[in-house]
This record gives sequence, structure tokens and C-alpha cells, in this order.
Amino acid sequence: MITIRRNRIGTGHLPVWQELLWQLLLAAIGIVMLAPLAWLISTSLKEPGAIFKLPPVWIPNPVRLANYPEALTSLPFIRFFFNTLTITFWATLGTLVTASMAAYAFARLRFPGRGFLFALVLSTLMLPSVVTLIPTFILFRNLHWIDTYLPLIVPFWLGGGAFNIFLLRQFFLTIPLELDEAARIDGASNYRIYAQIILPLAQPALATVSIFSIIAHWNEFVLPLIYLHDMNKWTMAIGLQGFSDLYSTQWNLLMAASTVMLLPLIILFFSAQRYYLEGIQMSGIAGR
Amino acid sequence: MIRKWIGRPLLWQEYRDGYIFILPWLLGFLIFVAGPMIASLLISFTRWEIVTPARWVGLEQYTKLFADDRFYLSLYNTAYYVFLGVPLHLLLALLAAMAMNLNIRGIRFYRTVYFLPSITPVVASSLLWLWIFNPEFGLANSALSALGLPRLFWLQDPRLAKAAFIIMSFWNIGGQMVILLAGLKGIPPALYEAAHIDGAGAWASFRNITLPMLSPAIFFNLILAIIGAFQVFTQAYIITQGGPENATLFYVLYLYRAAFENFRMGYASALAWVLFIIILIFTYIQFKLSDRWVFYEGEVKE
Repeated sequence: MITIRRNRIGTGHLPVWQELLWQLLLAAIGIVMLAPLAWLISTSLKEPGAIFKLPPVWIPNPVRLANYPEALTSLPFIRFFFNTLTITFWATLGTLVTASMAAYAFARLRFPGRGFLFALVLSTLMLPSVVTLIPTFILFRNLHWIDTYLPLIVPFWLGGGAFNIFLLRQFFLTIPLELDEAARIDGASNYRIYAQIILPLAQPALATVSIFSIIAHWNEFVLPLIYLHDMNKWTMAIGLQGFSDLYSTQWNLLMAASTVMLLPLIILFFSAQRYYLEGIQMSGIAGR
Repeated sequence: MIRKWIGRPLLWQEYRDGYIFILPWLLGFLIFVAGPMIASLLISFTRWEIVTPARWVGLEQYTKLFADDRFYLSLYNTAYYVFLGVPLHLLLALLAAMAMNLNIRGIRFYRTVYFLPSITPVVASSLLWLWIFNPEFGLANSALSALGLPRLFWLQDPRLAKAAFIIMSFWNIGGQMVILLAGLKGIPPALYEAAHIDGAGAWASFRNITLPMLSPAIFFNLILAIIGAFQVFTQAYIITQGGPENATLFYVLYLYRAAFENFRMGYASALAWVLFIIILIFTYIQFKLSDRWVFYEGEVKE
């Protein structure tokens, strides 16, 4: 009789001593991975004089919560927060709408040139963004869109990025075609099939795209650096630099503001982790 | 032609809907990809400081560029970062993904922990690293002295600065790790069981099952990582401004300065096109080489 010990990679449980060894190793590396973040939060609660103590002090004493109100009011940081929120919301919405539209056409509808156009989508994935940066800047400048949010939002209402189209298309392909056909027999149009069958079933993939997109726009640095010069229009990513100049950095305030910026992303990631991993896996981006 | 459409109204409708659904993307492609690419090529043949009208100068910007020491220096710095950084980064991401695929307690928690640094805002993490690499107060040197090793002047030492940037990048393996993990999860367990019955050890399983089955995901990551690394910019812009002694003057930082600080749009566009062609060549070489090592299921090899 053959018994299979299910302790190969990815299946079954490991023997106790191996599990213990892995736990130690993963925890040790995990501490190294988290050290910068822990330092960020720790510094955000320190008094200015306690930041550069040697050896490093990890638990602030006394805890100075006043860094937070100070950081949020010394620059118009609350304003930066809402500016960032506005841009992230509209850009992500545009990505979800237009990337899913293109993905639906590439996954479900037949039209001349479809194969070629989809190859074009994939090839733009490999296009370095610096090639288009300068003419795009000149275009927006001539449209008088500098110091508006339009350069950071409008492009994402026009396709939402090749990566997202690809990810959504791969996911749409896994939705059984019979569902479309049944609806079509009942007289549903392509628009209804898209809105009432495909989109509701593609929630994990849409969640994945949302998370990618929210993280990217929330942290985006180059676009606001180039297009937003008026401080009232700044995003948090640009505003953080206001705590630091060539000669001195207000570390405790900088770190408090950074924590404020990071916290929504951590909450988002924790609450949507399941969708995120599932979405990537189902999309077949990993090669199957 | 019209008769054919009238005879097949449904097909004609499907064509029309298809184009309507891709219309936003198509407009975006024309306005933000195809148009700007042609425009930047044309601009690279001009001298243009934005406020003055553009003047056609033919290949002058390119001859200037190939005689520019800083162009070569920034290319060297970038190549150093790409060819040393990307393979190490990908290897670590692969090891992390394999560890995250283990069936042990708390693995979901570990996944989150390893992923978190890659969603930290780049300005925050960059300034944080500036502090970590501080020769007097920084964590990096505290760790070194705790191990009894000499202190280093990380970001102030031209010989070490690029290496410091590569070390920094290791904290951002999260994105690649997640994609590789998804790939690992897609490998049928039956393959490992069959290999085990045939007496294969852990290394043989890894070599003959994991690597080939994962190779499309590794390839996908490699291509995008190289394209991304060639465009390294933000960290250098914030942390070192290209210093010390231009050791971290990366290509796109040099391009950014030409375009947005000196407003030399012609020269910057020439820089952009040269980088584009370099990246294109590397991507092409990788696709050629991929025949030898990337395995696609369902594809029959000779």
C-alpha cells in the first residue's frame, strides 16, 4: 500500500520541527521588513529631542500625540488629504469603468481588428512612460490644465491602463459563456450583459483593480510633481516634502503625516486582502 | 457590403458595440500613447525651450547626446541598478513567495507583513531610508556596529550609494511576491505527489516542477521589473538628488532635469527616445531568450 506524506510544498502540514524553524525564520525576516514602518510610527509619537537617541529607542517615552494635530495644521495637510482623495476617487472610477468596457469587448465581442488591437494593448504595457511624458506635458500645458486635477484624472477615463484591461479580460474569460447566451436569448443587449451579468460576477477582479489603482494614485509622485505647482492643489505625496528641506527635517511631524497617509491604505489592504489575492490568481496573470 | 450587414444585423451590431466598448481606450491610446510617441520623436529633432518657438535642428540633439559625459554616466548608473538590482530583487521575491506558499500557522499575517512596505508612500519611505542610512544615527549603522562591523557612509559614499538604493528596493518585493504566489497556487498538487512517488526530492521537485510551471510568471515579472528599473527616478530625486558625485544620477533623473528644470524639451526628448530604444532591445532579447526557459502549458516543444 502506498501512503503519500502530504508535506510537499503547498500541500498538507509540515512536521512540527520544520514548522517551528519556518516560524522563526519568517518572523525574523518579518521584523526586518517591518522595522522601517515601526520606526515611522514610533517617530511620529516622539518628542523632537528623543528622535536621534543612541541606541535607537523604539517605544517613545513620553508619547507625544500632539505631533498629529501639529503635522495636520502646520501645512494645509488636511487639504492635501482631501485633494489626494478626490484625485484617487475619480481616477479609480474612470479606470474601473473604461478598463472593464475594453476588457468586455476583448473578451466577449467579435469585431474586425480585435486581435491586433488587443496586441496593441499588451505592447503598451511594455512602453516606458518617459517617452510620452514630455508631449503629454506640453499638451496639458496648451490646454491650460496645469494646476488642475484633469491631467491626473482624464487619462484614466480613457482606457484605465493596459495592465488593468489585461487583468479584467483574463478574468472575464473565466465567466461561463452560457450566461451571456441565456441572457441574449431573453433579448438582452450587449450593454445589459456587460452591466448586469459580467460586472457583478467580476467583483473579485474589480476589487483587485480598485486596490492596485487606489494604491497607485494615493502614492503617485511624478504626476503631481509635474502638474501641480500651486500648494493648495498639492497631494499628500508632494506635501510630505514640505516637512523636509535641505538643512533640516521635522522628523516627528513628517512621520505623523506619513502615518496619516499610510493608515487608509493599511486598512484597505487588510480588509480586501482576500479579494486581492483571489483576483490576481483568477486573472491568470501568473501564467495560467 | 451593406447588403451583407443588412442580412446579418446581429453581427453588425456586435461589431458596432465592440468598437463602442473599446472607444475610450482607443481614444486614450491615440491621445496619450501614439500621438505623444510621434510628437516626442519630432521634438527630439528640434531645439525647443518652451518659451521660444521650436527650431528644426535635425540630428543635432543626438550628436550632442552621444558626446555628453553625463549621458554615459547616467546610463552606467542605471545599468548598474538594473542588472544588479533586478535579479536579486526577483530572487528574493521568489523565495518570499515560496515561503508564503507554506502551510503554516499565521501565513496570512506574514503575507500582509511582507507586502506592507511596498504600499508605503514613496516620499515617506525615501525620507525614512535617508534616516536609516544616516552614518551617525541610522539603523543601518546601528545594526552593523551591533554585529561588530565598521560603520559605513552609505549615501555619502559614491562607491556605496547605488548599492544602498538596491538594498532599499528589497523592501518592495511585495508586488512581485503576490504575483509569484498566485502562480505557485496554480500549480496542481498532483504534480508534486507524482514526483514524490517517483522518489524525487525537494530540489528535484523545485527544479522540474516549480520552476518550469512558474516560468511564465517569472518572465512576466522580469520584463516589467527591467522596464521599471530602467526608469528609477523618485527615490533618487528625493534622497540624493543624484549625488554624491553624481553616483545616483539615474537616467530618468537626468532626463527630468533636462525637461522640467532646464526646459530643454528637444534634448530631453532625444534622451527619452534613446532610453526607449534601449528598453526595446532588452525586451526583444528577453523574448528571444524566453524560448529557452519559459514553459507554457499546452505548448509542444521539439
